[in-house]
Amino acid sequence: MLEVDIKKRLRDFHLEVKLGVAEGEILMLVGDNGCGKTTLLNLVAGLQTPDKGRIALDGRPLFDSSLKVNVAPETRNIGYVFQSYALFPHMSVFDNVAFGLCTRKLSRKEIDYRVKDRLEAAGLWEIRNAKAVNISGGQKQRVALARALIIEPGLLLLDEPLSALDVRAQAAMRRNLRETIHACNVPSIIVTHDLRDVACIGDRACLLERGLIVLSGGADEVMSWGAGPLSSEIGRVPKSSSG
Amino acid sequence: MASNRTKLNYLSKLPNRGRETLGISTRAREMALKTALGLMLILALAFIALPVASLFLKSPLDATIRSMQDPVVIDALRLSLVTSTLTILVVVLMGTPIAYVNARFQYPGKEIADSLIDLPVIMPPAVAGIALLMAFGRMGILGHYLNAFGFSVAFTTLAVVMAQVFVSSPFFIRQAKTSFEDVDMAFENAARTLGASRFYTFFHVILPMALNGLVSGAIMAFARSLGEFGATIMFAGNFEGRTQTMPLAIYTAMQGDLDVSLCLAMILVAISFLVIALVKMLTRRVHKNAGS
Repeated sequence: MLEVDIKKRLRDFHLEVKLGVAEGEILMLVGDNGCGKTTLLNLVAGLQTPDKGRIALDGRPLFDSSLKVNVAPETRNIGYVFQSYALFPHMSVFDNVAFGLCTRKLSRKEIDYRVKDRLEAAGLWEIRNAKAVNISGGQKQRVALARALIIEPGLLLLDEPLSALDVRAQAAMRRNLRETIHACNVPSIIVTHDLRDVACIGDRACLLERGLIVLSGGADEVMSWGAGPLSSEIGRVPKSSSG
Repeated sequence: MASNRTKLNYLSKLPNRGRETLGISTRAREMALKTALGLMLILALAFIALPVASLFLKSPLDATIRSMQDPVVIDALRLSLVTSTLTILVVVLMGTPIAYVNARFQYPGKEIADSLIDLPVIMPPAVAGIALLMAFGRMGILGHYLNAFGFSVAFTTLAVVMAQVFVSSPFFIRQAKTSFEDVDMAFENAARTLGASRFYTFFHVILPMALNGLVSGAIMAFARSLGEFGATIMFAGNFEGRTQTMPLAIYTAMQGDLDVSLCLAMILVAISFLVIALVKMLTRRVHKNAGS
């Protein structure tokens, strides 16, 4: 269970968020550009520091301003898929996925076994020796997800994981992404612009506006937010959309 | 659209001879422009190529081969290579963390530190030599204390290295800083979330990604230190085998044996060409990586 109750002063507004994500639940975070979605992910991951508040994962405080606790990002055990995927270009697909295990100083045999297992499950074994810069957008997305999941994270953060894919690849990836994340049974937060992602992947959704959660509900309720600020977005969702 | 139509109407009204004249004058203007540009390019290239070619043309082969065995040439070449190699080691070890800190972090006085790092590039080498002498010379601010402990820096091989480090370090630090800045923060963040410490991230992610730029900067700094003259002669003096590097040996030989001077000059030109080729090759690789 992830519990977040934090405040941070940003350039144009204050980010003030209180939310909880249960085990195995996928929370979709939607909102306009610059409303603080990626900043919120970075704060949870420990890449930025809140001004005050508390972040706890399974009861373990990751950040607590009153107790002066601020766990370093490398020891938070959070899987993070970046918007650009951030695959290390000088490494092969295999080495990218193995990176998180190498930092944990596992034996070579154990690393090889676990990476092979993960790559085969993701259908990436055939391209294990390819440089990360030379693979397609869909493959990059799967490698980034495999790299985040292999460390067996306690929490999964995904920043617009489908935005770099073309429309056809997005539709195929949505179902795949939901199944893969649900199989891990960890709390997950996915940032997206696309309401089709919310409807097809998420269990619950929050609308962030200038640093505040203004709407929250089940992912299937998103369509009923039409009267609100997302009406223009909802207008874009095709009725037949099924992911 | 309307103006094109007007032009067409105008052309159709011209007699055949008039149309030909208009075409010829446009083509002639283009030709003249191309010829002028071509001539300017040839003149500029000749201005650089002629002196370099003259070095080779004016050096008799047998005299050059004989000069290669001259102790002055051998000593100068050995000293230059040794001191420049030591210089690069110092510059890379000292400059890499400085470049990384300046590329990634904000701190009070960063602008001043940046300007100070760049200062030796625009400072006349002779001024750099006097400045080093005033700091580390026998009567210098720090040298005064070093001398009290029986440690003398000025006019030694160490002074040659110090002068070379002073003038060549900005070439490496500037290039290294740009290379570190080019590595997207997302890679660093990704490594951190995957359990890598800052130290591990630096050596396994950032450094390999910035490596081509760093090597290119190191080569430029090596070339600058190899050609260093002003600061060295002021701070280290001109003693054969101890502080007389190749540029100093060229200057000294000019007053006696021109063949030795030409031989050393040709070696330096050959090294310069090699440096340019290496930097170009590495720059192409950096661009290729960035593009993909």
